[in-house]
Amino acid sequence: MMRSRTVTFIICFLMWMLLSFRLDWQHLAVGLIVALLAALAMGEMFTDSAFKWFEPKRYLWFFVYIFVFTWECFKANIDVAFRVLSPDLPINPGIVKVKTILKTETALTFLANFITLTPGTLSVDIDRGEGELYIHWINVRTQDVEEASRIIVAKFERILKEVFE
Amino acid sequence: MNEIISLLFIVIGAMFDLFGCVGLVRMPDIYNRLQASTKCVTLGTCSILFGVFIKYGFTAAGVKALLCIIFLLLTAPVTAHALARGAHKSGVKLWEKSVCDKYSETGS
Repeated sequence: MMRSRTVTFIICFLMWMLLSFRLDWQHLAVGLIVALLAALAMGEMFTDSAFKWFEPKRYLWFFVYIFVFTWECFKANIDVAFRVLSPDLPINPGIVKVKTILKTETALTFLANFITLTPGTLSVDIDRGEGELYIHWINVRTQDVEEASRIIVAKFERILKEVFE
Repeated sequence: MNEIISLLFIVIGAMFDLFGCVGLVRMPDIYNRLQASTKCVTLGTCSILFGVFIKYGFTAAGVKALLCIIFLLLTAPVTAHALARGAHKSGVKLWEKSVCDKYSETGS
C-alpha cells in the first residue's frame, strides 16, 4: 500500500502548491506536513492500483476525454436552455436502465458524472454487481435496455476504459 | 483583448446560471429540476471561473479559479446523483406524464 500512499502524497502536495501558489519555505513546510498526514491517514483508500498513475497513455486518453466532455457539456447546456425557455416545455421524462462494460469504481464514478453532465440524462443509481445504471432521461427515445445503452453510454465507455481500466 | 474575452465568458456563465434558475422554477418534478439546475449551473459557474482565469492568467487568483473548476466538475454531478437517489428511495414520485420508471421495477 506504500505506492498508493505515495501517489496520494504527490497529488495532495501538488494541490497545496497550486492553491497557495507561493514558493517560500513556510508554505513548503506546512504543505509537506499536511500532505504527509493526509497520505498516512487516507492513502490506502485512494487508489487500488498505483501503477495506473505512471502510464502516459492514460493521460493522453484523459485529454481526449476532457475535449469530448467539454463539447458534450456545452451541447447539454444549449439543449436544457432550449427546453427551459420554450413556452410549452417539451419534455418527455422517465427513468431507463442501461448496461455498461466498465468494472472499476473510478471508471463507474466518472461515467456517472459524465452522464449527469451530458444532454438530457441524470444518473440515479448504479448496480455495480450487474454493471447496470439507472438514468433519468428528460426525453425518452427508447425504453429498450440495449438501444438506450447504445445511445447514452457507448461513446464514452471506450474512452473511459482506456483511461481507468 | 483579454479583458473582452474574459467578460464574454463571465456574461455567458451568468446567462447559463439564470437559465438553470428558470429551469428550477419551471420544471414539474424534482428529477427534471435537478437536470436543469445541475447542468446549467455547473457550466455557468465553470464559465465564470474560466473568465476569471483568463483575466488573471497564471497568478494566485487565476490558478485557484482553475482548481475550483476541477472541484466543481467532480462534486456537482455527485450531489445531483445523491439527491436523485435519495428522493427516489424516500418515495418521491415522478411527474405523472413520465414515460417509464425502470428503477422502481427492481423493488429496491
